[in-house]
Amino acid sequence: MSCLQTIQDYGLRAIGIGERLLPREDFTLCQQFTLIGSGMIWNIYFGVFALVFGFFFATALAVGKASPNKLFRKPSEWFIFIFRGSPLFIQFFFGYFLFLSLKSAYPFFDPFTAAWLGALIVLFLNTAAYTGEIFYGALQSIPKGDVEAADAYGMTGWSRFRRVIWPTMLRLAWPAYTNEAIFLFHATALVFFSGFPAWQQRGDALYYANYFADKTFNPFVPYPILAFYFILLTLVIVSIFGIVNAKLNRHLPQEARRKLRLRPNVIR
Amino acid sequence: MFSFCTDPSVLSDRPWMACYLTTGKHMSIYYSVFTVLLLLAITAPVALAFGFGGATAARSSFAPLRWFGKSYIAIVRGVPDIAFFLFFVIALDQGIEYLRHKALCRDWTEPVRQGNDFVVCQAAKMPLGDAPQWVHETYGFSLAVLTFAIVFGAFAANVLFGAMRAVPRAQLETAEAYGMSQRQTFWRVLVPQMWVFALPGLSNLWMVLIKATPLLFLLGVEDIVYWARELGGTKTSRFTDYPHGDWRMWYFLALLVFYLIFTRISEIVLDRLMKRLTHGQATAGGEAQRKAAA
Repeated sequence: MSCLQTIQDYGLRAIGIGERLLPREDFTLCQQFTLIGSGMIWNIYFGVFALVFGFFFATALAVGKASPNKLFRKPSEWFIFIFRGSPLFIQFFFGYFLFLSLKSAYPFFDPFTAAWLGALIVLFLNTAAYTGEIFYGALQSIPKGDVEAADAYGMTGWSRFRRVIWPTMLRLAWPAYTNEAIFLFHATALVFFSGFPAWQQRGDALYYANYFADKTFNPFVPYPILAFYFILLTLVIVSIFGIVNAKLNRHLPQEARRKLRLRPNVIR
Repeated sequence: MFSFCTDPSVLSDRPWMACYLTTGKHMSIYYSVFTVLLLLAITAPVALAFGFGGATAARSSFAPLRWFGKSYIAIVRGVPDIAFFLFFVIALDQGIEYLRHKALCRDWTEPVRQGNDFVVCQAAKMPLGDAPQWVHETYGFSLAVLTFAIVFGAFAANVLFGAMRAVPRAQLETAEAYGMSQRQTFWRVLVPQMWVFALPGLSNLWMVLIKATPLLFLLGVEDIVYWARELGGTKTSRFTDYPHGDWRMWYFLALLVFYLIFTRISEIVLDRLMKRLTHGQATAGGEAQRKAAA
């Protein structure tokens, strides 16, 4: 079987298109590359949607945590504390079993026990909490002069937030937010190891890498392939965030623009 | 455990719960909390040592050593840590068995890797096939510790490397001016001063390490996640005196609370430590402390 044929059969296997049965023996390098790559579809799906939805919720959380009103501040603080203080792995398990018991009471919760929705919700809440804390930190370090200038122009309320506070917050938070995005994509690898079942063996990249490692008892091929894909993904994230960073800082003189410094680990 | 536990089916809610939570199986989950603490207690210093070695190697003037240190730091970036955990446990296991095979069974001619099988001679098995259960468990746990130490050592190396560079250059120049050798400068000036710069990164790392401990479950150790799944599952009266429905949700809620309390306590302790360490340092934090006191 040629490699092109393998790609046709297994390229979209992770979302259920193509060959039904996974290869069972005589694994070729091409099969491993194709299947693990096809699993990356799930990693990207979880990452992108959690990031996009999480971004808006995180802004709300940050504003809530910075609010002088206790009614807004306390819930935001607790939310951030709970999701940042406990392991994502346990959150996945808890979420899954919570949805499972809700499902037995209300059929409405049926799709929530599937990974595509249930795990996405957990990831969304988790990244919103981490990002919320980053945004809150940025809100606290907005230069006083910026806000005073907005006041002097007679801006208040929404227009002051939309035109001055929010863009400055994003500018300050962007390097840390890039790290968070990278971590989120890494965290997506946990989904199928934490209760959420891989229906009809439609799993993510690590699921397939683990499948091959189990079958061949040779970790030295599938995991480096996985690493290759994730490094590629990380580079893509970094360049996309770099473009946005340049856009956010486009009004600054050339030399004052802060280059996006990369320290993707340890931050979280 | 308690004297009134002989017939659980007649007990009312509260004593039933007391009996239920102290069954032999539940003792295992309490022991496994100690497994987690033990893992942290061993991994943290070992990872710090790995990190120190990695950071020193990355600063070395000897090029191959520097490349090794830098690639050790860089390799953990960009790849999910869970992939490393899954990889290293098998890789270390096979590596050890391969080395023992080479040393112990010299007259073995067949290749070790035969298709999808990894074959070593009986004497090279690790642990030996006839070893008692606790040896197997200890071996599995040590592999897990080593894996954690390798991964978190790379993170720690990154932090310490940054901290070593953050020590003001003037301090080192002063040491040299006093006629200290390179080695003396390193041990007497650089190392004592770098901790205050390293602490924020290291405390962050400690938090990440705490939150990575449930991954032990994936490495095949019977840890709290394993027991929470075991004990929480539906139990019928045929197999146990304490039948109950699917309680896994509550077990994981308990784990969630356990980790929340644990991280919170760590946070408070580390804050105190930071206050201590910044005392008298030529940093913004130290300056703020001095001003507050004055």
